[in-house]
Amino acid sequence: MSAAGPATRETTIGAAVGDRGVQGAGSAAEPKLPPVTELAMASLTLIVAGGIYLSSHLPNHVPLAPAVVLLAISALLLGANLLLLARVRDFAWERFFAVGRWSLLAYVGIAGMVEYAFLRNHLRGGPLIVLTLSLVVFAVHVPTLVGFTVARYHQPELTGEAVGASAEAPAFR
Amino acid sequence: MVPVADVIVGVSRPEPQADAGPPAQLQIPQFNIVPRVGLGIGIVVTALVIAAIAANKLWPLEFFHVAGGAAWTIIDLFLGLVLGPIMGMLSPPARVEFTTRLMPKMVVIMPTVVTMTLAAGWQLSTKLGTNLTSYPHHAWVVASFIVVGVMSILALGLLEPANIAVLFELKKPRPRPHVIERLMKRFIYCAGILGVMQIATLVIMTRLASG
Repeated sequence: MSAAGPATRETTIGAAVGDRGVQGAGSAAEPKLPPVTELAMASLTLIVAGGIYLSSHLPNHVPLAPAVVLLAISALLLGANLLLLARVRDFAWERFFAVGRWSLLAYVGIAGMVEYAFLRNHLRGGPLIVLTLSLVVFAVHVPTLVGFTVARYHQPELTGEAVGASAEAPAFR
Repeated sequence: MVPVADVIVGVSRPEPQADAGPPAQLQIPQFNIVPRVGLGIGIVVTALVIAAIAANKLWPLEFFHVAGGAAWTIIDLFLGLVLGPIMGMLSPPARVEFTTRLMPKMVVIMPTVVTMTLAAGWQLSTKLGTNLTSYPHHAWVVASFIVVGVMSILALGLLEPANIAVLFELKKPRPRPHVIERLMKRFIYCAGILGVMQIATLVIMTRLASG
């Protein structure tokens, strides 16, 4: 690693192996958290299904009801996810928001680009509303998921104490 | 072949139990979670795609869709089916160094490439009328929607968050092996599944291009 010169740092990455055993060591102190990832995946799946339903029938008029139902369930899952997450105590909220806001910025940009493509192609009326709201759910849910994934593994910087000592299981209120 | 599940940073591999003394020292290269140069390139590419959509000309749309799609397919196939198993064979220090150099780039490359491919592709299909039900191969187009939809869900919901979380973990003074192992396992499994699904994309796109 000498080639890397000063742009490296040494770390005791193996310390955890000695301190806590190897496989499954993490799961022993695994915090109890709501199924944010699972709910987010389900929500995104519903949105994508609604989008495919609408786009696969162009330019024919199709009943909006199925897409609206899929969107409504997806939005409910988003709401449930945020609610469950908000009830977690001792969560690394600072890290969650630090990561989530930059991620939100990126995904709002992506969603804006897709919205622009819809408008550029003169999409109007019900389909535009459904797809726009789908993009809103998408642009909120993905950053939530990114922030959650990072924050769930965050713990105060380890100094000399055993790894995972501060990873007490957050409890639901 | 090393199983993909084993393609981790490698830090969880048990050292001999007798060696319970000082932990192994690994050098982690300094890195930015989001590389600034890459971010600048991503923004420029995105702006160019928006310009191509606004102009609605065939050549720029075709360029961004084909170039982006080729990059997306190749990256997924190569990462999931070639690089992944190779990573599993590297020594732990080499894996750490490789991961810290690869993953930040992936944070920028994948969202840019995916957005570029899909946005330009949709505009292209609108211009050519290939997304209309009157198109003779409409079923193939819908199949491509489904494949891309599944890939997008996996990439957005599992792969990208794991990618970013690994980098945050590696930034810590004492990265935890089991966290890195879990996240890298998720990343490589996803990359492998996406690689296989990209074969379906190749089949569909070549069929559509053949008329």
